[in-house]
Amino acid sequence: MPHELETRVLLDKAEDPALATLEGYRRLVGGYGALERAYREMEPDEVLSALEDSGLRGRGGAGFAMGKKASFLPRGDMPKYLCCNADESEPGAFKDRELMQRNPHQLIEGIAIAALAAGAGHAFIFIRGEYAQQADILERAVAEAYEAGYLGKDILGTRRDLELVVHRGAGAYICGEETALLDALEGKRGNPRLKPPFPAVQGLYGGPTLINNVETLSNVPRIVANGPQWFRGFGTEQSPGTKVVSISGRVRRPGNYEVELGIPTRDLIYELAGGPLPGHEVKAFYPGGSSSPVLTAEEGLDLPYSFEAMAEAGSMLGSGSIIVADDTVSIPHMALRTARFYHHESCGKCTPCREGTNWTVKMLERVVRGEATPMDLDIIASVQQNIMGRCLCVLGDSMAMPVSAMVRKFRHEFEEVIAAASEQAGDPHAVVGAAETTGAGA
Amino acid sequence: MSPVDGPGISNPSLPVDPALTEGRAPDRPAEEIPELHEVDCPPDLRERIEELMARYPDRRSASIPVLWEIQERYGWCTPEGIRQAAAVMRFTPAYLESVASFYDLLHTRPVGRHKIAVCTNIACWMRGADGLLEAFREAVGDDTEEFFVTGFECLGACDIAPMASIDQVYYGPLEAAEAGVAISQLRAGEEVLPDKALSKRGLAGDS
Repeated sequence: MPHELETRVLLDKAEDPALATLEGYRRLVGGYGALERAYREMEPDEVLSALEDSGLRGRGGAGFAMGKKASFLPRGDMPKYLCCNADESEPGAFKDRELMQRNPHQLIEGIAIAALAAGAGHAFIFIRGEYAQQADILERAVAEAYEAGYLGKDILGTRRDLELVVHRGAGAYICGEETALLDALEGKRGNPRLKPPFPAVQGLYGGPTLINNVETLSNVPRIVANGPQWFRGFGTEQSPGTKVVSISGRVRRPGNYEVELGIPTRDLIYELAGGPLPGHEVKAFYPGGSSSPVLTAEEGLDLPYSFEAMAEAGSMLGSGSIIVADDTVSIPHMALRTARFYHHESCGKCTPCREGTNWTVKMLERVVRGEATPMDLDIIASVQQNIMGRCLCVLGDSMAMPVSAMVRKFRHEFEEVIAAASEQAGDPHAVVGAAETTGAGA
Repeated sequence: MSPVDGPGISNPSLPVDPALTEGRAPDRPAEEIPELHEVDCPPDLRERIEELMARYPDRRSASIPVLWEIQERYGWCTPEGIRQAAAVMRFTPAYLESVASFYDLLHTRPVGRHKIAVCTNIACWMRGADGLLEAFREAVGDDTEEFFVTGFECLGACDIAPMASIDQVYYGPLEAAEAGVAISQLRAGEEVLPDKALSKRGLAGDS
């Protein structure tokens, strides 16, 4: 039985493996009822207004209103596309994996309905290459949906067509960025594009393109089936609905928990995820994946878990992924891990990101080796400032935000690490194997 | 010299792909589209590539799926395989090389038969991923023919940290000692760590 704090809508009946089959999806949760209704009884504009009225915000990171995004697509008779962003690669996020694995048809139904609203005749699921098993599950489910007449030519005899292709990526975090995803889907290296034009106007193959996250699209069938007001019955005014929150790090029961937005963050970490490991205390956490500015336990635990509360606290809900650091975790080492990730994943197209991530890694290595001075911490902070807002996409910002928050909020810990490491090293220019030192574990 | 001053990588636990730093010195011009009769492309591979191209409004979109196909067939994206794909797709080998070298999962040099990626990102690191990676490396030793062990950025399975993807299947949470078990099972052709497969886990909230 799920915990009383969980509100399972997207994960309803997800404990039953049969849900992953078409037969099970229909039987257990009345699957494809919303698609039949939308295609047979509704005009595309009606579907679009239902999505707009629901206030559903994108679940991929930015939190932009999904209905509004769909409404940006121009009208008219040109080829339009829908891309489901299943390139879940943000450290800390693993909710889309669960949704695709346990309930692939919910996503397919959501894609078909959203494609109707957007007027798209071609849809793609861009799934990260590492999710091989989930890609297989989706392929099987798509084949079943074609077989049942929910995809393909003349869907349910309504003369509407939709082709859906599962496209497996090949390992690059940057492809989760929507314009890089489009390049990758067009068969190129995944480099982000200059915006504007935004994908809604000029996206895949130059045509208007709607790009939505897996969880966002998974919400669509029930909004159409039960109405926007039903959806607004969950969550808060500005963050309606439920959210699958991935909780990981130094907690007892890491995993995905579906809750109403607005639930106290403390409940998520202590009640659902079981709290810190025995004998330890929560020190800080990323509230929305590795890109979100770290919150200290004092700042963050009593905030409601919603888009607006996290923004007000100077962080973000992002993809809805909490990574908990306890007292065993050295914040400077955590900052280094974070920076290394973004350095590795930077596509190299924009100088501030390519060089900024590179130098941040080098400077943080100096910190953990004890070769830095407190002044270097100011330089690290200023490098972050010079990355923010200066690139085609926000990959560099995604490092700058958490790293600058860590340096600002835990400056004493950085200074302690420098002092301890330099004492141990003796010679300030001696090289200690920074790569081997993790500071965590235990 | 800091660890990142080496061949241009950020994470010392990740492998260096010589293709990225040294180039591959092709013996034939990479900027010309090879003709089909020049490349000796197996008919079934050609058929598969054509089938993949037909799935998309633009054949270029099939680049990544085709490179996956080449890698599955030849173990890695061999120069010959890339030329075969280039001839069928009507792209230059250089173009497909440029795509292959961008992505972490496409190998532009020979790698071991069994591919083991240990996530060393934040959540896994906090729970002992570095030790796990070390244990896998020790268990494999110098058997690079059979095994390719690498650290990897977030694999999207922080709930089973520390974890590894073994031949594209996720396992976790793993104890360092289980690395040796997994390697012996792979050597013996047995099922790998049956109790630790991600697909066998229930929802976290139900446990």
